[in-house]
Amino acid sequence: MSARMRAVVLALLAVAAVATTAGAAIASTPPDAGGDLVLAQGGETVRGVLRDGEGEPVPDVAISVATPDGEVVGETATDADGAWEVGLPAPGDYVVTLDAETLPEGVDLRDADRNPLEVTVRSAQNRTLIFALGEGAGGSRFLNSFLAQAVSGLRFGLIIAITAIGLSLIFGTTGLVNFAHGELVALGAIIAFFFNAPASVGGFGLTLILAGLIATVLSAAAGGAIELGLWRPLRKRRTGLIQMLVISIGLALLLRNALQVWFGGGSRPYYDYTIQQSLVFGPIRITPRDLIVMALATIVLVGVATMLQRTRIGKAMRAVSDNRDLAESSGIDVQRVILIIWVIGGGLAGFGGVLAGVVENVSYLMGFRLLLLMFAGVILGGLGTAYGAMFGSIVVGLITELSTLWFSTELKYVWALGVLILILLVRPQGLLGRAERIG
Amino acid sequence: MPETPAARVLADVEPRPGVPKPDPILVVDSVVRRFGGLKAVDVEHLEIQRGAITSLIGPNGAGKTTFFNLMTGFDRPDHGSWSFDGHDLSRVPAHQVANYGMVRTFQLTKALTRLTVIENMKLGATSQRGERFLPSLWPGVWRSQEREIEARADELLARFRMDHMRGELGGTLSGGQRKLLEMARALMVDPAMVMLDEPMAGVNPALTQSLLQHVKDLPGFGKTVLFVEHDMDVVMDISDWVVVMAQGRIISEGPPAAVAKDQAVIDAYLGADHGDESRFTPVSFEASAAAARRHDQEESA
Amino acid sequence: MDVDFTRVLVDGLRTGLGPVAAVYALAAIGLNVHYGYTGLLNFGQVGFMLVGAYGMGIAVSIHSLPLWLGIILGMLAAVALALLLGFPTLRLRADYLAICTIAAAEILRFVFRSSPMAEVTGGAFGIPSQVGGSGFSSGFYRLNPIPEGAYGIGPVMFSHTRLWMMLVAWLLVALAVVLVWALMRSPWGRVIKSIREDEDAARALGKNVFAYKMQSLVLGGVLGGVAGIVLVMNQGAMTPDQFLPQLTFFAYTVLLLGGAATVVGPVLGSILFWFILQAMDSLLRQTGFGSAALGAVRLAFVGLILILLMAFRPQGLLGNKQEMMLDA
Repeated sequence: MSARMRAVVLALLAVAAVATTAGAAIASTPPDAGGDLVLAQGGETVRGVLRDGEGEPVPDVAISVATPDGEVVGETATDADGAWEVGLPAPGDYVVTLDAETLPEGVDLRDADRNPLEVTVRSAQNRTLIFALGEGAGGSRFLNSFLAQAVSGLRFGLIIAITAIGLSLIFGTTGLVNFAHGELVALGAIIAFFFNAPASVGGFGLTLILAGLIATVLSAAAGGAIELGLWRPLRKRRTGLIQMLVISIGLALLLRNALQVWFGGGSRPYYDYTIQQSLVFGPIRITPRDLIVMALATIVLVGVATMLQRTRIGKAMRAVSDNRDLAESSGIDVQRVILIIWVIGGGLAGFGGVLAGVVENVSYLMGFRLLLLMFAGVILGGLGTAYGAMFGSIVVGLITELSTLWFSTELKYVWALGVLILILLVRPQGLLGRAERIG
Repeated sequence: MPETPAARVLADVEPRPGVPKPDPILVVDSVVRRFGGLKAVDVEHLEIQRGAITSLIGPNGAGKTTFFNLMTGFDRPDHGSWSFDGHDLSRVPAHQVANYGMVRTFQLTKALTRLTVIENMKLGATSQRGERFLPSLWPGVWRSQEREIEARADELLARFRMDHMRGELGGTLSGGQRKLLEMARALMVDPAMVMLDEPMAGVNPALTQSLLQHVKDLPGFGKTVLFVEHDMDVVMDISDWVVVMAQGRIISEGPPAAVAKDQAVIDAYLGADHGDESRFTPVSFEASAAAARRHDQEESA
Repeated sequence: MDVDFTRVLVDGLRTGLGPVAAVYALAAIGLNVHYGYTGLLNFGQVGFMLVGAYGMGIAVSIHSLPLWLGIILGMLAAVALALLLGFPTLRLRADYLAICTIAAAEILRFVFRSSPMAEVTGGAFGIPSQVGGSGFSSGFYRLNPIPEGAYGIGPVMFSHTRLWMMLVAWLLVALAVVLVWALMRSPWGRVIKSIREDEDAARALGKNVFAYKMQSLVLGGVLGGVAGIVLVMNQGAMTPDQFLPQLTFFAYTVLLLGGAATVVGPVLGSILFWFILQAMDSLLRQTGFGSAALGAVRLAFVGLILILLMAFRPQGLLGNKQEMMLDA
């Protein structure tokens, strides 16, 4: 007993030493001060700057601030620079209303639901609020925001789909529920960030397109390396699936936090394509950046589907996923197929991470935030199938964004996760999966 | 042809599918189970005679195991009804079926690997008060009962010649020993009927003889036996009555000698894929034992 | 390099014996009931901790109920969550159950921190200890019978308030250990373990597997709820973002380190886990390691322990190697 214990303690100390030196070798990046909270001395205020869709300031718009009980505490109008500020009596909850009647011709709130705004102001906080303005659009307000949310839901769903294919195929071929898949997503996004960042901040200053390509390739390599260095040896040792699931959680913790040490705790945008003018298609407005993201995602998804359907390796993947023993006995090199799935899955995850980073921001946590949604998509479509993962992920993306039409934005992931649980309960084989024969 | 009391009673029963028996313990009516478009089980009527050894045979994929699963509540039929010893069993959960006195074993043995042999056995006992949450905290409530159960378990282990392994973990037993343990454990429930799913598969010849003897002894203890078996020598040796399934249906039933001559049965076996012909002749025990071991490994992997 | 190893050791010991280690021991004992004994892969233990803590906090701090009643309500909240989660999910396969439970715990966190719920739960800011003079932890510390001062052996010293916290927390751990020991040697424990081995076998022998799984889920969940209560009591405040999924992962590491399906494994695991983690922290700090990255290095290290444990010693420190081998 004691000898066993000693050996373990020694092993752990050795690990500690390795972790220490590894950690110390990587310089830490201070987290970004981002967000809309700016601390200042003195009393609490709410403030902001109104700009229209072209970025021009909008003056003479009336804004009022009230307590949640409806007691007005201050009123103001925007100045020539579009700026406004209202002093508050104390920290607490306030309701800020923009008087849409005072907006000039042709300018309208882009999201009518975001007026009035409910805010919580902390002690000594000068809270900045944004009323997004744009061209006044005709037609029903609800229809407009419905379309807007549907587009961003589709965009989100496409990104989830790209990242989730690998997760689903890995489960289909090896039975592994890989909790570390999200980290490949963050890895891709972060690699692209450093290749994209200018030399002055320690990057290579490449265009995002090139940086994204490199990130995809490196993530694919990382996927292959994880398979060869970890999972294949574990499978050879006949490690149980539950054990492997727990190991994948350990791997996720390790990778995610190594990424944090590397990238820092904050979230940062890419240096390219940050500010863009929206294109307007009837009631839908979309930036060229988002349009390209969606087009790229669609092309990649169609490409993957074609590969699975037409190519030898794609057919082999589906065969292994369908029935591993049968595939093995019909002469398919299963280990090689699994390796290729890891490489492709890793590359897709990394690519999805780059797209997610373009649309939102890059952070070390972005993969973990996506993971449960990936699971939701994969399970919704039917675990182990690539097409199911694509379909389910898009549904999850749509649910997430469309829910904000009726419910609080803070709860948007709740609906997606709720659907995940619901599907597991009523149709665990997924919407597209087949019922398995029992006994 | 065995000369058991049950065989004598059944000698007067006409050998045709769905025939009524003088004293049935299990009565099945129009039970259907579909998987996709396939009717895995489609049994119009079947009665199992109390106190007899009935064997259920048929080519692979005939639906025998699915039929077991349906009868014991491990699977639900699309429709149909069946009753056991006066209890209507449709929609009764599996554990309740066992408590009514119908206990099954599994084709792939389910020895509880990280429990010792004696713990495996004691688990079979029913109505142990200490199995309820709050009473379990007060040993006074269950200790005396536990002693009785343990004595009964030891007795059964001795009968199955496994008493020397009572402290071993279930996972260390050989495939054949697991089969023995599973049967002995089923008897701990003190059931009126035991359903054995391929109890001889993967068991070495020496153990097969003793297992067979245990099965033959069961009617003497007042038990009814229904078992699935592929080895026709075994079936001929110990059955009082044979039921033949093919493609989900009962195609023949009768005393062993009558069934062996039934043209429908021969056709079913020959018509099925040729691998199954070997089932008619005793297969090499080594080969089947190896196959069973592979099976077990796959299952636990 | 000037490293004071006594300091490292003292820091490690203070944390290894401290209330947080007791909290994780409790949560891991609950997981041990779920995973170690019953085979339920609950990855939402932190959800039970959350509802336990908030059940108590809302009752005591917002509705000014007495502390003892708040604690009972916190435990009842854990029972309610177990029933709500268990009825639909206990029939699922192990890996699906894992995904389902982690999703449920995240749903709880999102809902509790959302502003529509702020009136009930305090939203993202949570419940501070002092609300209208009836803070939950001040009530707890008022019960402290230990005279003011510092206590300890040599350099390992604790203040009287911390000692009181530790005393209560470890007492609860001891109670939980005795409870699990008593249950697992009984026929009830035998049925529970048989379900872990093969639930169909247990079912075929007449055991109501669903009912037993539910009892196990409730028992382990309540232990998780108590862990949550002790956690926020020690911190004096609660916010939903204290209850991240990684708390569950920590608890699993603690359990697997000590040895799943052993009675004192989770306790030993927790003490050792926090000792190692804090000693490492102390060492890194003394070598001038930036504090920003320290938290991340610490978490990465936990991940590494988890991988190595599962790959090379899945039975943990106290588990039986032979039993583990049978599983593979």
